[in-house]
Amino acid sequence: MAETQVHAAHHAPSQGFIRKYVFSVDHKIIGIQYLTLSMVSAFIGMALSWAMRIHLAYPDFRIPILGWLSPNGAPNGLMTPEYYLSLMTMHGTIMAFFVLTAAPFAGFGNFVLPIQVGAADMAFPRLNMSSFWVTFVGFLLAAATFFIPDGPPLSGWTAYAPLSAVGSVAGPGQGLGQTLWVLSIAMFCVASLMGALNFIVTTLDMRTKGLTLSRLPLSTWAWFIDAWVSLLAFAVLLPCGLLLALDRLGGTSFFIPGGLVFNDQLQPHSGGSPLLFQHLFWFFGHPEVYIIILPAFGIVSHIFPTFIRKPLVGGWKVITFAEIAVGTLSFVVWGHHMFVSGMSPFMAMVFSVPTLFITIPSVIAVLVWVFSLYGANIRFDTPMLYSLGFVSLFITGGIGGFFLAQPSTDSYLHATSFVVGHFHFTMGLSAIFATFAGFYYWYPKIFGRTMNEKLGKLHFWLSFVGVYCVFITLHLTGFAGSVRRYSAFVDDFMIPLMPAQRFMTISALLLGAAQFIFLFNAIWSRFKGPKSSDNPWGATTLEWATTSPPPFDNFGGRQLTVYHGPMEYDDEASVMQTSPEASIAGT
Amino acid sequence: MATTVYEPPQVERHLPYYSGKGGGENRAPAGGDLHAVEDRPLDPAQTGIRVALGAITMSFAALTSAMIVRQGTALDWRHMTLPSVLYLNTIALLVSSITLEVSRRRVTDYARGVQTQISIPMLWLLATLTLGLLFVVGQSVAWLKLRAEGLYLASNPNSSFFYLLTGVHATHVLGGLLALVYVISKLRRAVLRRSTFAAAAQYWHFMGALWLYLLLLLWAKL
Repeated sequence: MAETQVHAAHHAPSQGFIRKYVFSVDHKIIGIQYLTLSMVSAFIGMALSWAMRIHLAYPDFRIPILGWLSPNGAPNGLMTPEYYLSLMTMHGTIMAFFVLTAAPFAGFGNFVLPIQVGAADMAFPRLNMSSFWVTFVGFLLAAATFFIPDGPPLSGWTAYAPLSAVGSVAGPGQGLGQTLWVLSIAMFCVASLMGALNFIVTTLDMRTKGLTLSRLPLSTWAWFIDAWVSLLAFAVLLPCGLLLALDRLGGTSFFIPGGLVFNDQLQPHSGGSPLLFQHLFWFFGHPEVYIIILPAFGIVSHIFPTFIRKPLVGGWKVITFAEIAVGTLSFVVWGHHMFVSGMSPFMAMVFSVPTLFITIPSVIAVLVWVFSLYGANIRFDTPMLYSLGFVSLFITGGIGGFFLAQPSTDSYLHATSFVVGHFHFTMGLSAIFATFAGFYYWYPKIFGRTMNEKLGKLHFWLSFVGVYCVFITLHLTGFAGSVRRYSAFVDDFMIPLMPAQRFMTISALLLGAAQFIFLFNAIWSRFKGPKSSDNPWGATTLEWATTSPPPFDNFGGRQLTVYHGPMEYDDEASVMQTSPEASIAGT
Repeated sequence: MATTVYEPPQVERHLPYYSGKGGGENRAPAGGDLHAVEDRPLDPAQTGIRVALGAITMSFAALTSAMIVRQGTALDWRHMTLPSVLYLNTIALLVSSITLEVSRRRVTDYARGVQTQISIPMLWLLATLTLGLLFVVGQSVAWLKLRAEGLYLASNPNSSFFYLLTGVHATHVLGGLLALVYVISKLRRAVLRRSTFAAAAQYWHFMGALWLYLLLLLWAKL
């Protein structure tokens, strides 16, 4: 037997409910906490998008709960244009940070990564616990903006200065609401830095015997690369937030130019550069979209071989080096978000070139997934359906990227709903689909029970069709010139597009409703789902070499030895990474 | 009271490639003969501190680029003279790195049995702590001096960047002081890991190097 008895964990099992389930240092509990927080955040973000979409399509429709939430922002349930922007800001903030960054990386990464490397826990369990709770405080600060008289900020998830920097004179939500927002994001930065550090050290130092880098599961590879990108990007957003906070609270002029008048009031600042804010923000912001999508790459690349019963084309190297290339190039393309910012046109050209280059490793990854399907005996279980859905959405969104990478076409499309459709496909829904793939895939490991497969497939098809109905239409309205960030199109040239707006709204409501099937399935299966075996998918990596759910120290005191790569499949046959049997796929 | 300094297992490092416990050639052969498997020393503390220093470097690089861009577009950039106490503070911080290194070597000597008095490394550690505190106090003196000259955080972009960079650096130094207090408490309670000490020392030395860089930047740009 390829294992030895070792001293179990480097910290003792926690006793008592609070230490065991609330302030837990167990990476599995922390992973579940992140996933739960993300799920709550996702439903809040979705509700906000519903409110926005209803208002866009039916501007006179009253939403009573909004009137209760903000008597000023939505008097009698009818939202003001400013409150629309507040909802948009919080939708973007909650989704980008607390769902898309948190779930596929911190959520699954926390639960799965230490087990996949054969460790008893993360390298720094207490730091890990701190990461979650600092994230949680950041979430509370963001959520608190809904309950203050001023309401949430309206400067968008990008919080462009000087709008975000001058304070309450800039409009509703720009006082205390924006300050809480900055604090919330600063907390999220700190938490992400701590989390990234933990992921990197755990991957480097905690791997079990024989688990070389070339034998790492592809999901662990992606989390590892992602942790580096996260570490370097959030380390820039944090000082950016500090400068913004100082402009707001300390009277400095980092981002606020002189002679600026807001609501007829001359601002007491001079010499600041709004472009500086955009450079700092997007230096983080563009890697951020890869921080979101790289774990999705990893999850899907990890799931694919299990359900196609063969290794990915090119083995671990092609997909992993593509991810490394994407992660590296993500730091030199930020200027493509600023083509219409007033930046030098020469700089636009400079940023356009690497933006087109970054499509190369992205396309390589897509080709790996697509070519790997050739001749495969595909098992269409729900995790695989969602993985295929991810590939589809990523390709569709990626094609839109070619239009936006060109400064000439971006000048027209930049402020239209084309961009909204593009990024929802590429990083939003793609990452959500990969998260669903991961959820259906690892659910039996996390809870020891299996989710209902029929409900899972129903959830997939409704989501898949719903996503295309909403977000392809956004592309089309964008081509037609439909401006983004407008709260209503009641008296201008966009009136002819109202039927399309209504179609998108109805589709979005149905798409959202379909998510309750998932919610029901997840909760019902937790208590009533059939008990799962330890390795229900016939997979090969270490998380499937332990019980479902795993014990406190993951392997019951065993230290495993790894002999193979993670893609030892040959149709029905497979070899566990811990099995000393001869390789069948040469990984 | 006897003090134990846990040494990492001594492993011959002859492999050309080494990365983590499972890395390099540290793998089991296909036959499953575990005799061929070598244990590697785990050292998450040192890896962790190096990664953290990478993030800190990135943050200060961002602040530096912000300063250069802000200066490049500014019509309100006013030259200012750095308070001379900064140079004394620099000496204190650099000397503290030397005292810390001496302490680290004395701890190693103690662990090897060459040195019998634990009070010797402890004294050097306390000297480091004192010099570190002197540095932070000295930085506060510099802030008070500028304040007395009427230069506040928001007075002009130069003073803004001065307070910002020195403040963020001093906050990091305070973190280093906390790490030193942690090391001292572990040494007193006889449970200090050498890797913990090494990680704290790396952080402290980095703070010294970072301050030299910041001083040069402030001197050149302000």
